[in-house]
Amino acid sequence: MATISLRDVRKNYGNTEVIHGVSLDVADGEFIVIVGPSGCGKSTLLRMVAGLERITGGTIEIGGRVVNELEPRERDIAMVFQNYALYPHMSVFDNMAYGLKIAGKSKAEIRERVDKAATMLQLEPYLARKPRALSGGQRQRVAMGRALVRDPSAFLFDEPLSNLDAKLRVQMRLEIKQMQQSVGTTSLYVTHDQVEAMTLADRLVVMNAGVAEQIDTPMEVYRKPATTFVAGFIGSPAMNMLRGAANGTGFALDGGGRIAVRADELAGHDRPLLLGVRPEHLVLAGDRDPEFELSVIAVETLGADTLAHGRLAGANGTGDAFVARLPGSARVSAGDRLPLVIEPGTAHVFDAESGQRL
Amino acid sequence: MEKRVTFDNRLLPYLLLTPQLLVTIVFFFWPAAQALYQSLLLPDPFGLGARFVWFSNFEYLFGDSYYLQSFITTAVFSFFVTLASMSFALLFAVLADQVIKGEGAYKTLLIWPYAVAPAVAGVMWLFMFQPSIGVLAFYMKKAGIHWDPLLNGTHAMTLVVAAAAWKQISYNFLFFLAGLQAIPKSLIEAAAIDGAGRWHRFRTIIFPLLSPTTFFLLVVNIVYAFFETFGIIHTMTLGGPGQSTTILVYKVYADGFVGQDLGSSAAQSVILMVVVGLLTVIQFRYIERRVHY
Amino acid sequence: MVEKRGIGTILMHVVLISGIAIVCFPIYLTFVGSTVTHFEIIRPPMPLVPGPHLIDNYKEALASGINAPVSRMLFNSFIMAMGIAVGKIAISIISAYAIVYFRFPFRMLAFWAIFMTLMLPVEVRIVPTYEVAASLNLLNSYSGLILPLIASATATFLFRQFFMTVPDELVEAARVDGAGPMRFFKDILLPLSVTNIAALFVILFIYGWNQFLWPLLITTKPEMNTIVMGLKQMIPTADDYGNWPVTMAAAMLAILPPVAVVIFMQRLFVKGLVETEK
Repeated sequence: MATISLRDVRKNYGNTEVIHGVSLDVADGEFIVIVGPSGCGKSTLLRMVAGLERITGGTIEIGGRVVNELEPRERDIAMVFQNYALYPHMSVFDNMAYGLKIAGKSKAEIRERVDKAATMLQLEPYLARKPRALSGGQRQRVAMGRALVRDPSAFLFDEPLSNLDAKLRVQMRLEIKQMQQSVGTTSLYVTHDQVEAMTLADRLVVMNAGVAEQIDTPMEVYRKPATTFVAGFIGSPAMNMLRGAANGTGFALDGGGRIAVRADELAGHDRPLLLGVRPEHLVLAGDRDPEFELSVIAVETLGADTLAHGRLAGANGTGDAFVARLPGSARVSAGDRLPLVIEPGTAHVFDAESGQRL
Repeated sequence: MEKRVTFDNRLLPYLLLTPQLLVTIVFFFWPAAQALYQSLLLPDPFGLGARFVWFSNFEYLFGDSYYLQSFITTAVFSFFVTLASMSFALLFAVLADQVIKGEGAYKTLLIWPYAVAPAVAGVMWLFMFQPSIGVLAFYMKKAGIHWDPLLNGTHAMTLVVAAAAWKQISYNFLFFLAGLQAIPKSLIEAAAIDGAGRWHRFRTIIFPLLSPTTFFLLVVNIVYAFFETFGIIHTMTLGGPGQSTTILVYKVYADGFVGQDLGSSAAQSVILMVVVGLLTVIQFRYIERRVHY
Repeated sequence: MVEKRGIGTILMHVVLISGIAIVCFPIYLTFVGSTVTHFEIIRPPMPLVPGPHLIDNYKEALASGINAPVSRMLFNSFIMAMGIAVGKIAISIISAYAIVYFRFPFRMLAFWAIFMTLMLPVEVRIVPTYEVAASLNLLNSYSGLILPLIASATATFLFRQFFMTVPDELVEAARVDGAGPMRFFKDILLPLSVTNIAALFVILFIYGWNQFLWPLLITTKPEMNTIVMGLKQMIPTADDYGNWPVTMAAAMLAILPPVAVVIFMQRLFVKGLVETEK
């Protein structure tokens, strides 16, 4: 078990820099999820920690030791790969034991450690099988078992669940969380799936185009997204963004029109802004004065919730697409005009140029 | 195509490459360079020294009617070997692809002659067709055919073509069968529903879809006829009668080892290298296309 | 499958069976020739059904032959075929490993140097290769029979193609597990290549066994002859000289090992053939 710390880590391929200086301190036993769209550099970052990619700039420390020039095996880490990377010609037992054999552990110790991991992952009945005789979920467990037996300073997970079907993914997500909590090993976990990220992480690293846009707990990332990118990436459906400027008691939209937003967050800003509102923070006005009206174009009923897609009526029906998440009991149909208000204290304001939260 | 992940090691890759590079340099580059060098030399008649003569060996070759004749002989030989071998193989493959029962047995029985060495094939065919003892030669003469491959160049050519084509049928059959089995059955069924008869289906659907295999085999068979049939010629006719079955590869051997005309033999080697080079380029271009479409 | 019925099916089988008859007839006749007497052959027509002299003829061939005992030549062929197959596989798999899994200066040069040899069969450069072998004192030796023929890139090419299909994650997993390059090669890559090695072995064994021109040049002593080239020297040159049945027995023995390999390892053989030509 160990801390991990990244100091201004950079990666170049030739003249193109793909990781633009990421810094991160991971506490002992912490579960960090690195999340971002494909191509954002999250896997590269993880592979640099693993020692599978060279580090162009900055330093990486594991357990207080600079590991920049060390081989993967010298870093005392274990990794779970996206396609499991099980050795196809070895039995489950040998797959899990391989690293220990290379490390020169005794037969008895190997046996004991593998058995322990197998028990934990319910793999005992399959120890003699080859990987191709296992289901996807079982292979995933073997890959985890291989990491577990090593008892390393850190686990690195590279999108380990993306090859599983939706149901199994939920189940394995829970198992990973439980396993990590019971062994308490520092973990870095890369995924593009925001649900995985939110549910697993002690802290999230949201990456975009080689930059860590925000590092914080899942709830803080959700509540106070640092940039418009983070705001759009975390949360589903994505946050609604309105472009315009604060204007006395309302908000003047760039596309023309004006809505009577009362959000306190707007106060004191008089430059071009982006006003962000999550769909779930919109409520039907009822007997209150509506802040704006939504002309509904399409309705998706999800059972618990109903999603109303449309455009703002105040913007003469020409504004950006806008979504409201309403209770499942709401009766809405296409063509309606819904009077809406924003729940107090839930609006987000961003600088229109830099995208930074204000 | 490159691996994303590699090992960092200074010395190891060179150690791993050494054995093959050594063998390649000693038995490939050295002889090839030797051939190039010797092709520019003219040894004196007593074998004591050699004179540097630039391209006169080549000039001499292209003015030599025997050598030009050998080109034509090789072309005729290759053409008929390829044609005969591929036609029979295609016929058998189409039939074997369609039979429902016994495909495996037919396949086994048709491919095992692949294992027969060209030289042994030559001995077997000589045994059948040698005018004095060959049992088939005997019946041919009885049927009134004047069969004499020892004196008649055309007969000799027919015989070596038959032996060479026979030896190659297995190979072609195997690839044609694989090609046919790769054609989706639904296409053929669709054509049948469209009302295409069996011959029409073959001509308009199967044969065009088989064309990559056919082209590939065409190159392979030409290479085979050019370079791998030495054993057949040597066991059956020794290039004769006269020069009637002296293909290019046989002439390199005959001039170099029997005639001891090293300069000319080396020049012939160089010309053959160019021919193989061209065939390889054709094959590679074809492979690239097959990989990338 | 579009169903055929009646006459069509029967016709197909008839054509196929006659095809097999044509393809197999030369070998059948050779077999018959190895079971009769020399006298029966040189007074044509020879019989078309096997005679009673099988054991005598094969015994004579194996024990004394014509120039050298066939058993000796079979042994030489076996050594040569095994040497070529094992040697080629061994040097090719390690050089392919170097080229695929390492980055080093002159890598592409080494690559092309090896792959050039794809282009030139030994027949083309036969005279200078002979001179090189002679100057290295390799005449009448097993090394002389084997070494020049393992200078070929087909096997390297095949292994390279195969290695490219091995997922990168396996290397990474092995590196994380602590395996160095040789350990990865021995524990992971070699076991994964077993089928390819076997398929290649089958093809190379047949290739080595069936060599004719090279042994013809490099061996001058009868006891170093291989069976395929020695067979040529067993052909009776005149009717009263030599012994056709013994020659035919030798021919049968010459094709037996490779034929057995093709029939009993048909799956590997087909795989090897298809993949070496890709």
